[in-house]
Amino acid sequence: MGSSWQARLTKVTSNKELTSFLILAALLLVVFPLSMGIFRLNLVGKYLTYAFVAMGLVISWGYGGILSLGQGVFFGLGGYCMAMFLKLEASDPVATAIQSTPGIPDFMDWNQLTALPFFWVPFKSLALSLIAVPLVPALLALLVGVAMFKRRVGGVYFAIITQAIAAILSILIIGQQGYTGGVNGITDLKTMHGWDIRTDSAKYVLYFVNAFLLLGAALVTTGMLKSKLGRLLVAMRDKEDRVRFSGYDVANLKTFAFVFAAVLSALGGAMFTLQVGFMSPSFVGIVPSIEMVICAAVGGRDSVLGAVYGTLIVNFGKTFFSERFPELWLFLIGALFIAVVLVFPNGLAGLNREGIRKSWSGARKRILGLRDRWRRSSSSDAMPPAVKQDVKEAMR
Amino acid sequence: MTSMSDLFSILIMQGFNGLSSFCVLLLMALGLAIIFGQMGVINMAHGEFLTIGAYTTFVLSEVSQRWAHWMQGSYFIVAVAVSFVIAAAVGLLVEHLMIRHLYRRPLDTLLATWGLSLIMQQIFRSTFGAKEVSATLPDWLMGSVQPTPTIDIPINGLLMMGLTLLMTMIVFIGLFKTRWGVWVRATTQNRIMAGAAGINTRKIDRYAFGLGCGLAGMAGAAFTTIGSTGPTSGSMYIVDTFLVVVFGGAQSLIGCIASAFSIAQAQSTAEFFLTGSTAKVLTLLTVIVILMLRPQGLFSIRVRR
Repeated sequence: MGSSWQARLTKVTSNKELTSFLILAALLLVVFPLSMGIFRLNLVGKYLTYAFVAMGLVISWGYGGILSLGQGVFFGLGGYCMAMFLKLEASDPVATAIQSTPGIPDFMDWNQLTALPFFWVPFKSLALSLIAVPLVPALLALLVGVAMFKRRVGGVYFAIITQAIAAILSILIIGQQGYTGGVNGITDLKTMHGWDIRTDSAKYVLYFVNAFLLLGAALVTTGMLKSKLGRLLVAMRDKEDRVRFSGYDVANLKTFAFVFAAVLSALGGAMFTLQVGFMSPSFVGIVPSIEMVICAAVGGRDSVLGAVYGTLIVNFGKTFFSERFPELWLFLIGALFIAVVLVFPNGLAGLNREGIRKSWSGARKRILGLRDRWRRSSSSDAMPPAVKQDVKEAMR
Repeated sequence: MTSMSDLFSILIMQGFNGLSSFCVLLLMALGLAIIFGQMGVINMAHGEFLTIGAYTTFVLSEVSQRWAHWMQGSYFIVAVAVSFVIAAAVGLLVEHLMIRHLYRRPLDTLLATWGLSLIMQQIFRSTFGAKEVSATLPDWLMGSVQPTPTIDIPINGLLMMGLTLLMTMIVFIGLFKTRWGVWVRATTQNRIMAGAAGINTRKIDRYAFGLGCGLAGMAGAAFTTIGSTGPTSGSMYIVDTFLVVVFGGAQSLIGCIASAFSIAQAQSTAEFFLTGSTAKVLTLLTVIVILMLRPQGLFSIRVRR
């Protein structure tokens, strides 16, 4: 991995990268809007909001080597911050006059709340809400990141703890129905500062805002990863101790990558709420968080643009198969997980980078390798190859 | 005074409820402590091995109900053993097909086993239906013991506890008093040196994985006495189980027991005073905060790396 990366860095000219960026931009801004009706386009826009999360994972996982299984938390927080503002606007005293306490969201009224909880108050203001969208997730990520990375907790432990955080937040949201809308989430969102987000024209506008934001995020991310910071992240992923001994604060680097990923996810979440018109705990928990990891893995865990394609393909597949063959879908996505890990560790980006033929032969080699090892281990439990393998791995 | 003694009885009974979930959690965590703590494989499909055990128990219960009335009373004991064997066999198969190619990429085992868990869930759903099923418990397991007039202790809970104790002892003796245990511990602590000393580390990995899965299957048999089984029953336990293992200190079995006990008890005690979800959130949150202050877990073995 280490040496091939360097070769790749020098070989891939920025021209080629620019071309693939322009292709993606054309796809998102011209091809999709022209070839689809608003219903399908809105669906694509929804998928693209997950691409923010996948892009964040490329930075933290693909480059930084820190796998978070709780990105849904940040997606959800961003989405909820947006949804809380929209909900307050939708439940003005006139529209909610039939409630026993007019002026508060309907689900609070159903749960016998008589006043707006304190943490809802800032979301009366659009400006504060827009600040909260990236800020709240960033603060949480900062807290978790500092607490864990300063103590050199990483790798597997970090993955498990972030997963537990995702579980906690989704249980909390579902349990505190009166404050959060419970398992249904925050629904019936209508207008944003007087602008109706449910009309077709609003959906078009939001799709383009989302696409531009995503492309902008891709540019910023690519630029960042091309800079010294990106190379430090890779160095840290491959040999953490050497980076530490060279005088860099590894914990700060990791925290930065994690916070950056969290902010990207939160942007996606806010755009999700605007385009889809609701936010619910089903986008916060463990399952959506891991699905986003698989989107990044399918696209290629170290490719920013790959993350977008990976997300689109996985989600198109999900919609297509779960509509037509619901039983088949779980088998397919399960097999996809296993195949991506065992046979195509570099995902779609690997296919693109190495060319179809080369990566097919790589995959073939890997499959043959699996078969060989299978045969060897079935025929005899010979010790020497195993030891040789161990020593070889240790030398790396 | 009566209210005080009532409260005492409630605490005892609630504590006993906690013990039932402690048993399932501990059996799961023992398996995972071997797989994750000792071998470093993140087995996200561990919960599905619990489901295998639970469905095995259900099938045996149905068989004994319909065709083999003579084993109606004793099927549960058989089911525990069969659950272990089936889950362990599936575990060995999975290890052979998938896990052994990924031993040095722990985060990738996570993704691959998550895929596996999705596939297994769908297999359960296609085979047994999405509806939850429950095994019929034999009559002798249904009653309860009453040490005092106000305290009810269910017999099936007692049996589960006995079973868990027995398995914990077996794992302990296996790991610390047998040659196999020495091999496993040597492989964990220094794989290369263990290999150089003539231990077949691949073989150790394989059987350790099988044993861990078998224990999860046994947890599944125990699970049928406290809940009904659905395709996703096992996946509800996966986060808790991982937290138990990490909280206890990944390589310490004593820590595993202590943390399973404290997490299960804290949850069941809190559940009595608060709603279920708040209790769960509080427990998980406490565990995470403690883990942030003490990342190595409650008990940790110092190993030079």
